[in-house]
Amino acid sequence: MSQETIEQTQTIQDDSLAAGMEVRNLSAYYGDFQAVKDITMPIERGKVTALIGPSGCGKSTFIRCLNRLHELTRGARVSGQAFLEDQDIYASNVDPVQVRRVIGMVFQKPNPFPMMSIYDNVIAGIKLNNARKSRGELDQIVEHSLRGAALWDEVKDKLDHSGASLSGGQQQRLCIARTIAVEPEVILMDEPCSALDPIATFKIEELIAELKERYTIALVTHNMQQAARVSDFTAFLLSGEERYGRLVEYGPTQQIFTNPQDEQTEAYITGKFG
Amino acid sequence: MQQSAPVRGSSRIRLDVDAAGRGDRIFEGATKAGAIAILALLAIIILLLLFESRNIFGHQGIGQFLFTTTWDPVFREFGVFAFIYGTVISSVIGLLLATPVAVGAAIYIVEYAPRWLRSPVSFTVELLAAIPSIIYGLWAVFILGPVMRFHIEPFLQTWFGPIPIVGNLFEGTPIGRDILTAGVILAIMILPTIMAISREVIMQVPDTQRDGMHALGATKWEMIQGAVIPYARAGIAGAAILGLARALGETMAVTMVIGNASTSITGSLFEPGYTMASAIANQFREADSQVYLSAIIAIALVLLVIAMIVNILARILIYSLVGKQSNSSRIG
Repeated sequence: MSQETIEQTQTIQDDSLAAGMEVRNLSAYYGDFQAVKDITMPIERGKVTALIGPSGCGKSTFIRCLNRLHELTRGARVSGQAFLEDQDIYASNVDPVQVRRVIGMVFQKPNPFPMMSIYDNVIAGIKLNNARKSRGELDQIVEHSLRGAALWDEVKDKLDHSGASLSGGQQQRLCIARTIAVEPEVILMDEPCSALDPIATFKIEELIAELKERYTIALVTHNMQQAARVSDFTAFLLSGEERYGRLVEYGPTQQIFTNPQDEQTEAYITGKFG
Repeated sequence: MQQSAPVRGSSRIRLDVDAAGRGDRIFEGATKAGAIAILALLAIIILLLLFESRNIFGHQGIGQFLFTTTWDPVFREFGVFAFIYGTVISSVIGLLLATPVAVGAAIYIVEYAPRWLRSPVSFTVELLAAIPSIIYGLWAVFILGPVMRFHIEPFLQTWFGPIPIVGNLFEGTPIGRDILTAGVILAIMILPTIMAISREVIMQVPDTQRDGMHALGATKWEMIQGAVIPYARAGIAGAAILGLARALGETMAVTMVIGNASTSITGSLFEPGYTMASAIANQFREADSQVYLSAIIAIALVLLVIAMIVNILARILIYSLVGKQSNSSRIG
């Protein structure tokens, strides 16, 4: 117990803030269809930025652009810039694989690798990064990551079980452990609680609050209460008659929810549509 | 006050149970009849084979029939082990050669090929499955056989011959009509089956699995290796087993190239062989006695049993591979 506390304080103290992001004029397409148009906004370092908006507004497409995952879909492409500190991740000399190693992602549906054990799920990313680590180091990473994802106590006695044997909420925390095991700068979360029950959701939300001590987080959510509870900044996206998603308003969460500047934002947060 | 309004509810439930259930029962009966008919057919086939082969087991013991290699109708000696050997070895060679190519092609089609190329490639490979086996046989006799004899087999002999143990596989004079050539033609014939099923299985791998591996910073190859193949491996194993089952029973093309001439087992793949299916096809009309005929039908029985054993082993293999995964469907 005491060792755990020491470890946690150490990790907070010995680390400077994670990198932030700055998105400039980013547009995303599926073939000829423009899904997202001309978004410019920051993802503040060490904060939680929520992306809200009605279904089909392009918020999931947008977040998938932030680690260059969008372009893996057939026919999909992106224009504009997204800076991780001073490096544009869309610059021509940047390898998208390297981008994804520093900008991790947690998905809507928990997607542990079912043929791997819990232990192997956590170190899946480490193995990819070609780091030669001893068994002892790996054990440490596994324990540290699972503790970081608030899952250690539930799985420490069954690390060799399949990742798929866990409950939905545990699976999602396993995916978070897998993501933080590679020590990313930014964690993107695409509606991480939408497949979970309220108790599992609460645990993930608690976890997000802890994770922002150490990582920059962008969170897509359908749930406005969730955005209000866990985020520091909120961006409201909307696709109007033109069908592509655009950024309507961005600001501190407090301001978006109490004093929105745009009447569409106000209509959305007060439940008049969406 | 509420009592004054008539209540509609209960009268809307029809009390005529028969009328509602009759259609269901007829449909259930029809499907059940189909299921029973298939089982009955299998049972009839097995019973018929057992009945028709009874004479041979009166003539000589099962052990002598199964485990000796002398097949001499003139002296009434019937040992099928060389046929079993030829069948199994040529099929296994076919499987080993076909599976990597088929799975590779399936991965290419699903993961790499541009969308416009998917259909033509799949269609062409599946077209191979539609070619009658006699045509494969002719092709094997006139083209594959000579190529094996003059190019591939001498090459294998030069490079692998000197290696101890492995070299035994490539002993003898290359003739192009041997177990290896039969294995190669079988590989070509079962390739479309394995490819088509593997492709379906790989397409079933959820994109969330691919995303998950990509998001950790996997290259495409690492993603396929780490997410796609493990998820699909049970299905790929099933595809391979279906290919093996087809190879075990394949008759015509194999008969034309395997040589049909061995009652000894040397271990060399350059030796002419004989498969169970070829033996039945070649000798059925020559059987001039009850015992000879019943011996040939007994070969069919052995072939059927081996095919069933392979299928059962395949089920066990797939079950053991899927075992872990089945948990996920429970939660999903």
